[in-house]
Amino acid sequence: MTSPLEQKKIKIAGPSVVTANRTWDGIVVYRTAAKSWSADLAEAAIVRTSDEAKALLAESVADDVGAIGPYIAPVQVGADGKIEPGNLREQIRRTGVTIGQSAQA
Amino acid sequence: MPLVNGGKIADDSFVKLAVDTPLPESGNVLVPAERFIAEADALLKRAGKVGVIWPNNRDIDELVPHLGKIAAVALVFPTFRDGRAYSQARLLRERYNYRGELRATGQILRDQFVFMLRAGFDSFEVKKQADAEAFMQTAKRYSVFYQPTGDGRITALHRRMQLRHSEGVGT
Amino acid sequence: MYAYDEIDRTLVNERVSEFRDQVKRRLSGELTEDEFKILRLQNGVYLQLHAYMFRVAIPYGTLATNQLRALAHVARKYDRGYGHFTTRQNIQFNWIKLAELPDALEDLSKVGIHAMQTSGNNMRNVTSDQWAGVAPGEIEDPRIWSELIRQHTTLHPEFSFLPRKFKIAITASEHDRAAIKIHDIGLKLIKNEKGETGFEVLVGGGLGRTPFIGKTIKHFVHGRDILSYIEAILRVYNQYGRRDNIYKARIKILVHELGIEKFSREVEEEWQHIRNSSLQIDDEVIEDIRSRFSYPNYEKLPHMPDELRQAAADADFEAWRKNSVAPHKVQGYSIVTISLKPIGQPPGDATADQMDALADLADKYSFGEIRVGHEQNLALPHVAKRDLPALWKALDKLGLATPNVNLITDIIACPGLDYCSLANARSIPIAQELTRRFANHELANLIGRLHINISGCINACGHHHVGHIGILGVEKNGEEVYQITIGGRADEGAALGNLIGPGVKFDEVADVIEDVVEAYLALRERPEELFIDTVKRLGVEPFKERVYATR
Repeated sequence: MTSPLEQKKIKIAGPSVVTANRTWDGIVVYRTAAKSWSADLAEAAIVRTSDEAKALLAESVADDVGAIGPYIAPVQVGADGKIEPGNLREQIRRTGVTIGQSAQA
Repeated sequence: MPLVNGGKIADDSFVKLAVDTPLPESGNVLVPAERFIAEADALLKRAGKVGVIWPNNRDIDELVPHLGKIAAVALVFPTFRDGRAYSQARLLRERYNYRGELRATGQILRDQFVFMLRAGFDSFEVKKQADAEAFMQTAKRYSVFYQPTGDGRITALHRRMQLRHSEGVGT
Repeated sequence: MYAYDEIDRTLVNERVSEFRDQVKRRLSGELTEDEFKILRLQNGVYLQLHAYMFRVAIPYGTLATNQLRALAHVARKYDRGYGHFTTRQNIQFNWIKLAELPDALEDLSKVGIHAMQTSGNNMRNVTSDQWAGVAPGEIEDPRIWSELIRQHTTLHPEFSFLPRKFKIAITASEHDRAAIKIHDIGLKLIKNEKGETGFEVLVGGGLGRTPFIGKTIKHFVHGRDILSYIEAILRVYNQYGRRDNIYKARIKILVHELGIEKFSREVEEEWQHIRNSSLQIDDEVIEDIRSRFSYPNYEKLPHMPDELRQAAADADFEAWRKNSVAPHKVQGYSIVTISLKPIGQPPGDATADQMDALADLADKYSFGEIRVGHEQNLALPHVAKRDLPALWKALDKLGLATPNVNLITDIIACPGLDYCSLANARSIPIAQELTRRFANHELANLIGRLHINISGCINACGHHHVGHIGILGVEKNGEEVYQITIGGRADEGAALGNLIGPGVKFDEVADVIEDVVEAYLALRERPEELFIDTVKRLGVEPFKERVYATR
């Protein structure tokens, strides 16, 4: 979970997606193969090589009207093709804080 | 990149020269600092005004002896984030009484106009056409200023003193 | 508290209007994110893991009740019903939408609240002692000076694009509740032999990757010269602070690289040019600012009112009173600290309902004023002693009367990996578990004053370096690992903690802290010897041995 904001070299260790936050409201989104953003991880485009990752990231960065702060995040792909977050940080981004905030509305 | 001068988009009377561009016979020129320092005599002798492009990581002390002879100083904002030229501008205006054109170059958005005007800049190489067109309107965004600079605008603290005295003490 | 006048309000409104335009240009695509980022940061808008985070300024930690209600309103209308109070006396909302921010800012502007410069490479909230104006033995109210400096540093045309953020803190008491020694500029308000107000100025304190305790640059700067002196420091920093590496860009690095003597000379040279300029503060100006701070019309009240004597029979009330109520400079009054550290909950949070209820209580019992402390608790600064029993009953119903102020469960924690995009590890669940382990108030009192600080990454927003026990979350091979330090202090005896051993896993942290506490209880000379003093006396070794013996 070293902050991916510190990513300098693009090197991926397995299947990955590009994730960001939607510009107008900040919610977590994923880059789709259709060159748009979706809040559903199931619709994320999966990249498997560093070159693919670089390309997907580059075109995501260019679309900053839609979403901001894109970076490459690891995922796990199950035998049934189901995509799950690949680390704790992405798990938290998807399912929310782990702290049982009783104050939440 | 439009130039804003005198509050509106204007033609640039200066031509920018690189370190080794041959000197035109006449006309105003803007030269980089190292060239100015090296060729000051030649530059000042020719017909046409001389201005200097001064980098933001170089002390303006070197420039100070020449201030009376040059027509323009262009300071540099390499990124929006780099605010060193604001200090250079204020020192030139307020400490060394520089009166020539003081130009802001580099990355300049409309959101910096008020700061730059207050620091003493009077011409701007603006990144975006729309920002240049919005100059006059943007320059009026703020009417309250807390700090004194060389721009002569009354500060909030002193405006309050004025109000106190005009209303009578103790209000 | 300070009353904004037409002039201050105009500035805030102009700022809101400018930001509305900037958001519009961003959403239309006219501004790229790269161009917009610096603008939104100047209005306290961060991008975090899940959403934007909005940091609202609470200048020197002072709030009027209408302002607290406005914060509750923002939490309800634009966020998820709660806010988080920070280690710089500000408040954060974690779920705000960019498109709605101009409206939220406009709602706040109506009560004189803004978010100017709560982020970005500019001058941040000028923080102070949350007991300012009411602490016994205080020299004079430091908030007058905080306000002067706040105005001077707001939208400063020369210093809005510094190499890095810049934080100033002021204290006017012997016991430093404002942690001035870990600030870029720390100001200690003092009087000279003539009885004139001035400041000992410290510079170059800060935590993060390279922590430093601030160094004294000048032993006495007269009050009238403080703005010009700060200007001189900033001008040297703006020109010579590093811009090539964000981890080396704070003023503490410049001070360290030049050495304090050389740095002092640079500042002095600059200052000589400007000390007699329009930056010099007239007495009249100081009086004007002072006159706009309102102070309560205190009644003449007895030292021991009947209500208090009668309530002493209630053990729970007494436990709270002994823990959370501090002496006030005016007889018959007290300062009440409101713990935002309930057992099992994230530290420093308050719901909108709690904020509204607190505002009502402040109106009734504290002359309409609330304070925010950097330890992420709140305070009611002017409570008549006779009102303490009634106040306590009401606070208890709201879950705001946990009698753990300054005790081991009064934990300071950053938001950590649950919220923050810079984090490497979670901090809040660690805090929650620790409060559960030490939930028993008798145990907590037996242990005595003990500050635990938790940071989820090296940026140290939880101030772990200066915790009596500091916990730093790092990442190792995809796992959360925590380094534990002891012996840090944030007050006038400021010191950095020392590591006691290799990092431990998420599930082990609470066990290790229990062992550290056990070691302390065994090693202390007598019950009154505080943890921090035992560590000072014995050093890290005995703790290291005991805690890591079986690990």
